[in-house]
Amino acid sequence: MLHVEHLKKSYGETEAIGDVSFDVQAGELVCVVGPSGCGKTTLLKCISGLLEPTAGTVRVDGNLALVFQEYSRSLFPWMTVRQNVAFPLRRKHMDKREARALVEQSLASVGLEHTLNRYPWQLSGGMQQRVAIARALAFKPQILLMDEPFASVDAQTRADLEDLVLDVRRDYEVTIVFVTHDIDESVYLSDRIVVLGPSPTSVQEVLDVPLGQPRDQVQTKERPEFTQLRAHVWRSIKRPDNDPVAA
Amino acid sequence: MRSRALATTLEITVPVLLLVLWGLLSAGSDTYYFPPLTDILRTFMDTWVFERVRSDVLPSLTRLALGYGIACSVAVAAGLALGLSTPLRRATDPIVQFLRAIPPPALLPFGILVLGVGNAMKIFIIAFVCLWPVLLNTIDGVAGVDPTLRETARVYEIGPVDRVLRVTLPAAAPQIFAGMRTALSLALILMVISEMVASTNGIGYFVLQAQRSFAIPEMWSGILLLGILGYVLNALFLLVERRVLRWHRGSRASALS
Repeated sequence: MLHVEHLKKSYGETEAIGDVSFDVQAGELVCVVGPSGCGKTTLLKCISGLLEPTAGTVRVDGNLALVFQEYSRSLFPWMTVRQNVAFPLRRKHMDKREARALVEQSLASVGLEHTLNRYPWQLSGGMQQRVAIARALAFKPQILLMDEPFASVDAQTRADLEDLVLDVRRDYEVTIVFVTHDIDESVYLSDRIVVLGPSPTSVQEVLDVPLGQPRDQVQTKERPEFTQLRAHVWRSIKRPDNDPVAA
Repeated sequence: MRSRALATTLEITVPVLLLVLWGLLSAGSDTYYFPPLTDILRTFMDTWVFERVRSDVLPSLTRLALGYGIACSVAVAAGLALGLSTPLRRATDPIVQFLRAIPPPALLPFGILVLGVGNAMKIFIIAFVCLWPVLLNTIDGVAGVDPTLRETARVYEIGPVDRVLRVTLPAAAPQIFAGMRTALSLALILMVISEMVASTNGIGYFVLQAQRSFAIPEMWSGILLLGILGYVLNALFLLVERRVLRWHRGSRASALS
């Protein structure tokens, strides 16, 4: 579904991404986790085509949608919720009624069927990010990229949104690449975790997360496997040979 | 709510009180240059309601509207092009800065020479002066569109026309409106100046003619009318702006709270 091979990205002299390779299979939910400032966002932008990689290749089978971290700056404030979700569909030459139904269904699947005609700035942060997710879903992507989408919402909202991602993934059978710096979040959500090292980043290791489905905020996180995985990822990121001072 | 009512009351009563004060102080005035307010008001009614509307007010307003309209359309179109293309912006920046630095009345002799003393010259002068604030604000607004919004448009494969008309333009609208508001007051000023220099009608022409023929209350009534016009035009502008930029006020308010 997604193949990243020896991806490298530099801005002039500074290397943001050293050498990154990984694959994502159809239907998988893969979390990309790494220390702050290691180039996770740059990686997603290279995958989504917003940035041209300096070297290496990215192959995407199908079309993709991207959910940005800054939901308040990614939604169009002059459009209502409905218009925001419908906007990317204008080019798809869809029947009007069909498009309308798709917009309403997408908003319903994120629990926002009652806020169609409000403006994004009239909603809370968590609801705004739901609108952004609905917009991505209405676009019918084969692969959904999410760039630290819940970094700026409160803990309770965050847990709700994480479960929403799991529901969406189940209902839409969409492949998801989820970038986060939150280790708990990465273990809770994913089938596999790609652990990145510090900048210029490369893949530290790729980890299977055999926690099964469905997952539950309390029960899954209580399981010893969860704790072990969490500790493992933690150590992998904090490994001393990753420390730029020690290296 | 109470403080708002108080503010509205003040906004209405203070000007009214000033008018009353002017009326009282000028009552029975025999100073030639400062006739009693009542004389001015009587002349105002005789002159402008609606005696000279067709002969002077309408020609003035037509020039204003055409000059302002042309300036805004040209400036927004050019500003979009310049704002979207960095090389184009770099290349034209010195020219733009030079042209906007020319005091517009200095172009009057040129305008009269090339376009004559008719409407074309006046519309040209008004359009020329209004162009710059709108153009510079549009360039700024377009070039400063939030990169996340632009990236969103790219990721969702928004077409070029939609990208310009439904993303860039609305995002730049608050700044474009700020430029248009500045331009509106400039338009009124240049309307008056161009009519004073070379004209056979218009409010500016009327004020100057009245002064030259020592019709002092008429002169005052013209000045009063220009003040009222400026006030009303600005109020209308704000009304439109408030409608069009409702989302902007709302999103700013929610970002601050």
